[in-house]
Amino acid sequence: MFGKLTLESVPFHEPIIMVTIAVVALLGFAVVAALTYYRQWGYLWSEWLTSVDHKKIGVMYILVALIMLVRGFADAIMMRAQLAMAQGSEQGFLPPEHYDQIFTAHGVIMIIFMAMPFMVGLMNIAVPLQIGARDVAFPFLNSLSFWLFAAGAILVNISLGVGEFARTGWVAYPPLAELGYSPGVGVDYYIWALQLSGLGTLLTGVNFLVTVFKMRTPGMTLMKMPIFTWACTFTNILIVASFPILTATLGLLTLDRYLDMHFFTNELGGNAMMYINLFWAWGHPEVYILILPAFGIFSEVISTFSGKKLFGYTSMVWASGAITLLGFVVWLHHFFTMGSGANVNAFFGVATMIISVPTGVKLFSWLFTMFRGRVRFTTPVLWTLGFMVTFTIGGMTGVLLAVPGADYVLHNSLFLIAHFHNTIIGGAVFGYLAGFTFWFPKAFGFKLDERLGKGAFWCWITGFFVAFMPLYVLGFMGMTRRLNHYDNPMWQPYLIVAFCGAALIFCGILFQIAQLIVSFKNREQLRDLTGDPWGGRTLEWSTSSPPPFYNFAELPTVHNIDAFYDMKEKGTAYQRPASYSPIHMPKNTAAGVVIGLLGAVFGFAMVWHIWWLAGLSFLGMIATFIVRSYNQDVDYYVQPDEIERIENQHHARFEAHGQALNTTSFAEQV
Amino acid sequence: MKIEQFSGYLKHLVWLPLLLLGGCKMALLDPKGQVGMDEKSLIITATLLMLIVVVPVIVMTLAFAWKYRASNTKATYHPNWSHSNRIELVVWLVPCVIVAILGTITWTSTHELDPYRPLDSDVKPIEIQVVSLDWKWLFIYPEQGIATVNEIAFPKDTPVNFKITSQSAMNSFFIPQLGSQIYSMAGMQTKLHLIANHEGSFDGISANLSGEGFSDMKFQAISTSEDGFKDWVAKVKSNPETLDASNYPALAEPSKADPVRYFGAVSPTLYQHILMQYAHGGHHAMNHAEHADAGMPGMHMNARIEESH
Amino acid sequence: MSTDVMSSHHAAGHDHEHDHDSGGNTVFGFWLYLMTDCVLFACVFATYAVLVNHTAGGPSGKEIFELPYVLGETFLLLISSCTYGFSMLAAHRGSKSQALGWLAATFLLGAGFIGMEINEFHHLIVEGFGPDRSAFLSSFFTLVGMHGLHVTAGLVWMLVLMAQIKTRGLTPQNNTRLMCLSLFWHFLDIVWICVFTIVYLMGVAA
Repeated sequence: MFGKLTLESVPFHEPIIMVTIAVVALLGFAVVAALTYYRQWGYLWSEWLTSVDHKKIGVMYILVALIMLVRGFADAIMMRAQLAMAQGSEQGFLPPEHYDQIFTAHGVIMIIFMAMPFMVGLMNIAVPLQIGARDVAFPFLNSLSFWLFAAGAILVNISLGVGEFARTGWVAYPPLAELGYSPGVGVDYYIWALQLSGLGTLLTGVNFLVTVFKMRTPGMTLMKMPIFTWACTFTNILIVASFPILTATLGLLTLDRYLDMHFFTNELGGNAMMYINLFWAWGHPEVYILILPAFGIFSEVISTFSGKKLFGYTSMVWASGAITLLGFVVWLHHFFTMGSGANVNAFFGVATMIISVPTGVKLFSWLFTMFRGRVRFTTPVLWTLGFMVTFTIGGMTGVLLAVPGADYVLHNSLFLIAHFHNTIIGGAVFGYLAGFTFWFPKAFGFKLDERLGKGAFWCWITGFFVAFMPLYVLGFMGMTRRLNHYDNPMWQPYLIVAFCGAALIFCGILFQIAQLIVSFKNREQLRDLTGDPWGGRTLEWSTSSPPPFYNFAELPTVHNIDAFYDMKEKGTAYQRPASYSPIHMPKNTAAGVVIGLLGAVFGFAMVWHIWWLAGLSFLGMIATFIVRSYNQDVDYYVQPDEIERIENQHHARFEAHGQALNTTSFAEQV
Repeated sequence: MKIEQFSGYLKHLVWLPLLLLGGCKMALLDPKGQVGMDEKSLIITATLLMLIVVVPVIVMTLAFAWKYRASNTKATYHPNWSHSNRIELVVWLVPCVIVAILGTITWTSTHELDPYRPLDSDVKPIEIQVVSLDWKWLFIYPEQGIATVNEIAFPKDTPVNFKITSQSAMNSFFIPQLGSQIYSMAGMQTKLHLIANHEGSFDGISANLSGEGFSDMKFQAISTSEDGFKDWVAKVKSNPETLDASNYPALAEPSKADPVRYFGAVSPTLYQHILMQYAHGGHHAMNHAEHADAGMPGMHMNARIEESH
Repeated sequence: MSTDVMSSHHAAGHDHEHDHDSGGNTVFGFWLYLMTDCVLFACVFATYAVLVNHTAGGPSGKEIFELPYVLGETFLLLISSCTYGFSMLAAHRGSKSQALGWLAATFLLGAGFIGMEINEFHHLIVEGFGPDRSAFLSSFFTLVGMHGLHVTAGLVWMLVLMAQIKTRGLTPQNNTRLMCLSLFWHFLDIVWICVFTIVYLMGVAA
């Protein structure tokens, strides 16, 4: 009846897990109680869960990303604490079977369930606005993407309390991930969580490519697109080309584990090297999927806050394109030590180095954007400057690892760990946090508190260096990754320092939480009444904050790269049309959330071999989709009088308070 | 080696920041064999080369940000300046040149340091067969006819040819102070060529997660004199325990933090046996041999199988 | 809507599945999806190519493939592509009944293909040559089976679409869907040609 699921599947004997679950349950209960008490269920359902509005979907993505950031960080600090303790006869507080799950969960969560949704969330909020569109090409599909991703996130979190997570590292290399060596349900949770969210990501990629290629506002040729949109477009190309590889790879691993096949097993002719190749054929482009949008954010931020056009826009676009292409021909550098020939290793090493050329060009572009500018040191700018310094170091260590001769000793060491955190934290995460601060007023209508934001930045960046520089040294000392304990007393001081670094990052996170609370409390003072709080340059700043659900009352016409800056220069910004035309908008739908939740049930049933439930939920997903295809009442027209009412409200606020603000912000800009 | 000359005196500069980080013993910067030494100088050379770009970028980032801060109204402000062919040329060219140099170094060093390449030496190499088990290392000396668990010895200045496979999950065979590592994989053989130019006992590890007992999957690699090695072999030989296909499965059972074990004698075919246990069927010879039991009774396809023979 | 003064280019922008202007977006999006499917198949083809000789003492393709039978399957699928084409032509002419008739023929041919494939799989498994026998057989069953699952999904889609055309006629929305399914169906045909060549023909020749 319940497959492999029994009461023993819940780890009652693990105090850490039980306390965590108790806290989460308590918080969950509080949220449910609050929603019920304030009668907000209907609002939540009709305005958020069933919404197809790209801005709201973006906000939901980022909300999940922030929650998962906390979860992934909890894993991280446990790992650092374990290693700070577990020297010599000390075994630390986490036995290997638990510790191995933690580092696997940390990797999976931070990459798939924190960085990805953060990136996709920012893309959702900003890209349609930047290209002057009213929504994405397929709004229902967008909602479905989110809910499939959410289903994956739900599965990962369920694995904490019911059963276990994979103990294989986030790469889940077979044969370790095969049934013979990982008989538990951990790898199955891993597989289904990644499959569901991967499907969501794939659909997002398709959706945004169509959006960008087909729905740009008049006058916006490809080479006039904002640079963040360009970056996201390359990211979506990477998604569309690489995520099917992940789907296939995990699918084959699934067949090995569920139907006793032999793709990657030791026995009967399987070949585990194939998994490793396929995994990184997805995994390496995935790295660029994460970093390219961050590059785009830095470009927007540095140009906006330097009050200056981006230096070398064309170079920037071509550099991103080059990275996109090259990203597909370097995957082998993840396993130089697998015994490929010298020619093969050398080829992939050199190919990897070549990527540093376009990346270097980007860095110089940001430098020369500041050159002869007026740099305002706001929080997003601090993140950007922090990134430029940090990422340069990370890039250097990356190129070093791309030299096969160096990789033969540095592979899988803590040097490698330091390197990729150097690029992922110092690159992607700093970028997303810059973007978060940058676009927060656009999404919510008020700015974030600057002082607390700066506090968060300084904690993060010092914490980062304190946590990860020792790891570079430990790599040179011969410490390999994924160790549970060690007996070299010389490593311990470094690991204790690294733990302190993690604690500093924790302070950074506390600052961010405080920042959200304080900013919400002071939202009236922080209110952005103009829609253009930073002296923005692209179209998203030409509409109100938050934008009306239809984004633009009248679609703007674009003549220049920095379209809105251009309008402000020419005095055509904020002009109101004589009359409004009806706007065609999609209606909300429950199909996305229903299919997504059924997907989570399906994944859970597959993990535990509850076949009837798996079959039922799968049929449910198909049936919901078919029912949705019958629904013809999926859109409507917003009438001119309603548009006028909304626009009048915005302009009244703009007139009343905005004029003064606008003058100051303009003065600030000049 | 050319790389060594190239980095030459500059390498002392690199020591400075590293020394600041602690006067500790860094295995990779204190190599005891030629391979490790070459890899160390390669790391230093590559790092120095990249610093040519990295340092200016970091300095320029801070300098530009400070100079062009909004409050500094004396600084030039050109809001629409966004293009300069000369700067673009430089920013594309400089990284290209550096990567070209580094690429050349990479190409040659990758061939020189190829783990599969036998080392240049007049001394006759010693062969050690390595099997990663859950969670210990089995070493077989085919010429000496002995086997050990979690300990190897070899004479210094003698090339050691490792042939490596795995019984179960994938591991990485790594002695940091001697240089390169290589994966061990079941049903396959990888090769590694190392040499120790100093005497000493060096830590050996698995550098790839292979399950619960992975953290304790350590061994000692003892580099000793010619005589010391003979003594060590004699010590192992004197052990009455032997290892062959019959008691190997017991050894291969998962176990953690195993002590050093010596086997005075080992079956000469054991390594081949371990290697081939998963490999059957991949090759045509085996294919034909096994067809007899592959055909299931009573089906028309049997006929065709026989035809094909 | 007559009051909609947006240019058709814009209208295309904010439309959704069923509006006639959105057809272009949907078809473009579907093309992109097909490309991702192509990558998916490419991975499994690559896997098959790696494992084709890993028979682990089990049979090789040469010993288990029955070319005439598979040729029959191939023709069913090829003809179904033609009948689908006729259905598209009929839809273009606006002839609902003919479009439905050709779709029904396509469905029967596709179902026949799936039936034959299931029969082939069943035989192999009964003989002990199931996907668990060797890496080669795993990859064979997966590659062919994945194509089969795609065809099955196409058949389900076809049924739903036939019902929708029957009740609602050849609306712009249904025409867009007919177009997408057409792309899907021909795509699967092309994939099958590759399967037939690489798996069966080359397997028997090897």
